[in-house]
Amino acid sequence: MSRVTKFAAQDAGPAARVAGFMAHLRANGLRLGAGETTVALHALSAMNAYSPDECRNALRPICTGCKEDVDQFNDLFDAYWMDMGRVRTRAVPKLQTKGNNDVHSSRDASGEAGGSAGNATAPDGGDGEAESDGEGKLIATEVRNLSRKDLRDLVRPEEIAEAEKVARKLGEALRDRRSRRRIAATKGDRLHFRKIMRRSLATGGEPLQLLKKRRPDRTRNIVTLCDVSGSMSVYAQVFLAFIAGLMRADQKADAYLFHTRLVRITETLRDKDAMRAIGRMSLMADGFGGGSKIGASLNRFATTYAKRFVDGRSVVVIMSDGYDTDQPHVISDALQKLRKRGCRIIWMNPLKGWRDYAPVTAGMKAALPHLDLFTSANTLSDLAALEGELTRL
Amino acid sequence: MERTLTYHDLQSGMADLGYMASDDLAVSIHLALTLRRPLLLEGAAGVGKTEVARVLAEMHDTELVRLQCYEGLDAAQAIYEWNYQKQLLSIRASSEEGTTGQAAEERIFSRDYLLERPLLAAITKDKAPILLIDEVDRADEEFEAYLLEILSEFQVTIPELGTIRAQHPPIVILTCNGTRDLSDALRRRCLYSYVNYPDPQMELAILNARHPNLNAHLAKQIIGFVQKLREEELEKVPGIAEMLDFAAALSGLGIADLSEDPEQVQRALITLLKTQSDQASITTEVTQRIAGKAA
Repeated sequence: MSRVTKFAAQDAGPAARVAGFMAHLRANGLRLGAGETTVALHALSAMNAYSPDECRNALRPICTGCKEDVDQFNDLFDAYWMDMGRVRTRAVPKLQTKGNNDVHSSRDASGEAGGSAGNATAPDGGDGEAESDGEGKLIATEVRNLSRKDLRDLVRPEEIAEAEKVARKLGEALRDRRSRRRIAATKGDRLHFRKIMRRSLATGGEPLQLLKKRRPDRTRNIVTLCDVSGSMSVYAQVFLAFIAGLMRADQKADAYLFHTRLVRITETLRDKDAMRAIGRMSLMADGFGGGSKIGASLNRFATTYAKRFVDGRSVVVIMSDGYDTDQPHVISDALQKLRKRGCRIIWMNPLKGWRDYAPVTAGMKAALPHLDLFTSANTLSDLAALEGELTRL
Repeated sequence: MERTLTYHDLQSGMADLGYMASDDLAVSIHLALTLRRPLLLEGAAGVGKTEVARVLAEMHDTELVRLQCYEGLDAAQAIYEWNYQKQLLSIRASSEEGTTGQAAEERIFSRDYLLERPLLAAITKDKAPILLIDEVDRADEEFEAYLLEILSEFQVTIPELGTIRAQHPPIVILTCNGTRDLSDALRRRCLYSYVNYPDPQMELAILNARHPNLNAHLAKQIIGFVQKLREEELEKVPGIAEMLDFAAALSGLGIADLSEDPEQVQRALITLLKTQSDQASITTEVTQRIAGKAA
């Protein structure tokens, strides 16, 4: 089915047309519900809008939610109402007739033709992008390792137990001390007047017991993003053990792997049996040990998962060597976007432990200004030693 | 029947009070008023977001209740707090009078002993006020979640007193300047408008409204200069308030043309450039180059 990109004359009445417009916006990534459609119709009738510009101004405050949306909105508006988009099907679809099973098309049922020039058997030369109808983007890569590596060969159970201890300690060190909402406590720095008042009622207004309140430390949510591309496979052992340990130590932790794609592995790692979890993870990490697209993966993270799982109390830990096939500005843009969620960003680069290491790779250089902490970590004991630095964060 | 107000009426009404609103901003405000929805204004510092609320309050001849957000803003500062000192005295007094505990309790947990903070104040007014929640992105996520309830129900629940519902729901204006992403839930409850720096025409109109005695030639130069200056790489881009200060400074120094006395103009730049590095990067030569381009 093609996407809704243009206003259809056969739709009956303004309501259906506005609904079509909403579907068009939704298809282009604006987050709108049925409620907005109702408000939009109310707005249009309240405005008595006649000119397209008035309608545009009336719909904009309802359909957009941030600056990026606003920038996109004008183009989408023109495409739909001003006859600049593709022809589309009706917004209110006719009853679908089932396709005939005897007739087959050579075209794939869903998605469009791939955007790359390579043929089926040979790898692509360029790095063209193919857009599909689904949510994701198919990104052609230069190298993608299809041989499945079993991660269980890399990680031993003892290490996970060790890593769990380290992760637990780091989790303790990462406390959010900014809370200003005080709670009752036996040893507090402020008087808890509300409680004192209640108690003093029993003693005729004599506050005999002075109850206290204090600022509680809040736990931070740790989100780990681990690079498992070819250049990182030497270090993957430590990091994967650490992540597996972290997931067992901290119920709220969140974990992702990336190489040329980004995979969420949180659910997988929640398995009680650590080794089974690792085994399942290796099935998901298809392409492990291939090339890496750090920028694209981070960007995908920042625009999708981060909106749900990252907030001001999160610490995002990126474990990567910074060797990227993307343009460096992709990394810095993605990190900037991530930053806006209010989180802290730590980058663990195993190469930093080398003597005379300087972050000269373009990707790493672009990332540096957006990081709260840039550190090395090659072994579990290195990770454990980070405790002090994390406390200061 | 009362003639329905259009956004043009609103625009001219605001202009009478010295606020020049662009078409899209005026439409957003108009819709916020007619649909009775909160309006979220986003934009850089100094584009006049807060001013919208002040002007609206003046236009509707109603009170402006302002809540300035900051990190760690808590319920005691935003919604209400009991007046503990007064409660304490009252308990003392009642024990001397010999009032029983029950009566004393009822008294000290009544409205008289409640200190209203902005959010509660806004829903207990007799006439719908303008509630300005300023820089909402500075508060933390928990507070945002709390705002959701207030913005959709316009009610506050106090354990000792019960639920207080707004008789006259306030008109809510929220401002933010994009330091942190706001939650989708909050954005969805609000109408949204991104406020840009004004275009030259608009800015000139603002300047003329605020400094009507300024000579026309200088006014044009100032606007051209400030508009060009915003394109330079600055840490802190000068807003409208800075531009007005700059104009006041120039007329105070008795300057009639920007290229007339470079040194004095340079001195007046302290009204526009608010960081040390910005002041260092805009040297006298740069100033004159920009002024020359603007002319």
